[in-house]
Amino acid sequence: MMSQRSIRSLVLVAAATGLQSVAGAQAVDRSRAPMLGPPPKVSLPPIITRQLPNGLKLMIVEQHELPVADFVLVVGSGGTVDPSGKPGVANLTSTMLVEGTTTRSSLEIADQIAYLGIGLGTNSNWDASTVSLHTTIAQLDSALALFADVILKPSFPTSEFERIRKNRLTELIQLKDRPTAIANQAYASILYGASHPYGQALIGTEASITGMATSDLVSYYKTHFFPNNSTLIIVGDVSPAQIEKKIAAIFGGWQRGTVPAYTLTNAPKAAGTTVYLIDKPGAAQSSFRIGSIGVPRSTKDYFALTVMNTILGGSFTSRLNQNLRETRGYTYGARSGFDMRRAAGPFTASAEIVAAKTVSGLIEFMKELNAIRTAVPPDELLKAKRYLQLGLPADFETTQQIATVLVPVALYNLPLDYYNNYVQNVEAITQAEVQRVAREYINPSSLAIVIVGDRKSIETGLKAVGTGPISIRDFFGKPVTQ
Amino acid sequence: MRRALLVSICYLITVIPGSSLEAQAVPRIAFEKYTLPNGLEVILHEDHSTPIVAVNTWYKVGSGDEKPGRTGFAHLFEHIMFMGSQNVPVGVFDKELEAAGGDNNGSTTEDRTNYYELVPSNALPLALWLDSDRMGFLLPTMDLPKLDLQRDVVKNERRQSVDNVPYGKSEEIILAALYPKGHPYSWSVIGSMEDLSAASLDDVKNFFRTYYAPNNATLSIAGDFDPVKTKALIQQYFAAIPRGPALPPRPNVPAVTVPKDTFLVLEDKVQLPRAFYTWPTVKLFASDDAALDVLAAVLASGKNSRLYKRLVYDTQMAQAVRASQQSSKLAGFFQIDVTPKPEQSLAAIDKIVQEELQRLMNEPITARELARVQNSFKASFLNRMASVQTKADILNQYNYMAGTPEYVQQDAVRYERVTRADVQRVARLYLAKPKVVLTVVPEGKREMMLTSTGGAR
Repeated sequence: MMSQRSIRSLVLVAAATGLQSVAGAQAVDRSRAPMLGPPPKVSLPPIITRQLPNGLKLMIVEQHELPVADFVLVVGSGGTVDPSGKPGVANLTSTMLVEGTTTRSSLEIADQIAYLGIGLGTNSNWDASTVSLHTTIAQLDSALALFADVILKPSFPTSEFERIRKNRLTELIQLKDRPTAIANQAYASILYGASHPYGQALIGTEASITGMATSDLVSYYKTHFFPNNSTLIIVGDVSPAQIEKKIAAIFGGWQRGTVPAYTLTNAPKAAGTTVYLIDKPGAAQSSFRIGSIGVPRSTKDYFALTVMNTILGGSFTSRLNQNLRETRGYTYGARSGFDMRRAAGPFTASAEIVAAKTVSGLIEFMKELNAIRTAVPPDELLKAKRYLQLGLPADFETTQQIATVLVPVALYNLPLDYYNNYVQNVEAITQAEVQRVAREYINPSSLAIVIVGDRKSIETGLKAVGTGPISIRDFFGKPVTQ
Repeated sequence: MRRALLVSICYLITVIPGSSLEAQAVPRIAFEKYTLPNGLEVILHEDHSTPIVAVNTWYKVGSGDEKPGRTGFAHLFEHIMFMGSQNVPVGVFDKELEAAGGDNNGSTTEDRTNYYELVPSNALPLALWLDSDRMGFLLPTMDLPKLDLQRDVVKNERRQSVDNVPYGKSEEIILAALYPKGHPYSWSVIGSMEDLSAASLDDVKNFFRTYYAPNNATLSIAGDFDPVKTKALIQQYFAAIPRGPALPPRPNVPAVTVPKDTFLVLEDKVQLPRAFYTWPTVKLFASDDAALDVLAAVLASGKNSRLYKRLVYDTQMAQAVRASQQSSKLAGFFQIDVTPKPEQSLAAIDKIVQEELQRLMNEPITARELARVQNSFKASFLNRMASVQTKADILNQYNYMAGTPEYVQQDAVRYERVTRADVQRVARLYLAKPKVVLTVVPEGKREMMLTSTGGAR
């Protein structure tokens, strides 16, 4: 087994030839893992870039395996620039794009999506609003006409908004049923506080949704939906020259505008570690969200953090999952991750842990968050690097996958050869760097530990273990007065 | 999350009909199939567009094969299959695959258990080594601590997907009411906590010896591989695994009927109630299965679907409505569930549900409704052709459920042949019959339960 692992280490980046050396036809030695040939050469599809005179950037990738294409319009504004006191505006603006245009009603849009057999969806996160289209080439022109209509001519009808508002308010009520959703919501609010955008709810709050009007959405749309604030990603069975012509004809008349600049202040980091306990009486499991404010996507430590997190909680064999699931059986799965945004998003370690093992679970979490700060053994480092490097081609299989992995390239201005250099950038990460970033970004003495669970049965134990003072919070992370 | 439990039992592999849209041809999945002397079926499909290979193994055993008092065992056993075998110490399975850039998982349904790896093409021998070792040599290193550990993991999976989830316990209650006692589908795939606790090491050994033999398995490989070399590897790794004993016959169950409308209530930690209507229908690939799929979409897929439009879009009495034909190897059922908005009564919503069902029974759907559904189904079919992982699994599905991997075109024809009259006919034939109605209500709010239904007899 060791010999085979070292062979892998020899070939990793350089592997230029794809010939496999398979064992002969004689009886196989089953007592050891087979020797593997060099990994296939990673040849990622070229990205063709264009820009229309109105500033709309195009990223085109040809993929001719099936007669289909994916389009993703990435508008570079999201929930971060929700108007002050109105969380949810960006999200509802995106939602409303498919609820009526100057030429099509909400029901007509839905009818055409189904009739054409296409996928048309909208979304928004902190940094971007997106409109996605998946279509067969046979329906390309009709599909693009609909796609352009919802992007360029949304009419934000009041009657449709009233329906969406009622629906959203009901969703917020239903959120109280799901401990995992409560934990996510409270964790963000506790980490970032009430004044930072990342502490707000992307989908809005009861108060903000109730107070919102279509004029808020129109205003958001008119302020941010500009071609010069957008990239259109196109992947599929298309000819770049022809599709560029089509897109220029459809989107060429989209008027450019001035996108207001904004700066995000960094939220203050926690001083000391605190356990925030949120009561969900009778909960069968305790939902854990543990962490701190992490890093922006632009961090120089991106690859070191990615490797370090793969070891800590970013894969099935990661330490958190191995310990909490595969060794102790406390949970169905434990993980960690850095949510990297334009500004520093959260680092979070999480799991749903059987109520009776809440305290033991916390002890093991803390053990791993401490242990990752000491040197990682070479074979563990190598496994994580190979997992990231050799798994890369699988992310480039379908048109939809390729479009998805190009979104961060568009949004965060990553170099076009970003994925071509991914393997060597991962390879360059050393044991020392993994340890450095672990020490810099994972600090067990200043963590927010959010636990949603049955307070009656877990509070005493959590106090006794002494990880930090206990603060009782409500579903929104606000202090509960006793 | 890996080692996911697949409770969904309906595969909608569907294709287009006579709509006015320009039809995109249904691609065939070219394959080669052969059987080793020990009974292992092998299906190979080459696709060199990405340098990856999907290895997908189906064992023809699922929760429907479980014994009384051991519900959930087939799925628990799926977890055990990752705990090491004679030549693969515990933990090595996952570590080797990750170090090679691969991912893996497994899933269990009523009818089958599958295991799959997705690896860079050079790592195919590794996947075959790992899969063959657990097929042939699982028991020598099996012990109670391994069983106990995965028992705990599975109990947490149950908590995470059933007990700690709103409405999570509805499925097992409906199945127990829909199917007669002892019917292989009368319990849920995840099983009960009590039965999971009862599973013994002997159960593990007996289950393995009975069901985990090459003559009860099919190995489907799709992706970037050399067929000659791959066949040699399969020969090397799998041919020496001895054939197992003859498989116990699957129970030949009669068609299920519900004698009279049955009304049930479950109190749960929920803010809003939800009503589930369930009718026995037909099994997968039965003659009315496709028409029932279309009926489900006409009722609740998209804003223009009948129940969605009236309940969620127009009157806004409901927050959500779903409909599905869920068909498996032995039986199937049709289900509608609806969640009212706050302050809206389920009884008033039920009246509309019954009106809409009656309307579907009284008159055919429109040509546009049929075209929308058929066109959308076709698109979902094409999308499944995009990934080797999905193709490997589809070939296995057809092989087991339809008797041949070569079934894409036949499956397409099923949906092409559905007519407006068919949809009306199946609505009358199945949805006018007695059903099971479960209302999940907030704790202490039993008065919200449906105790009768309106229009449809």
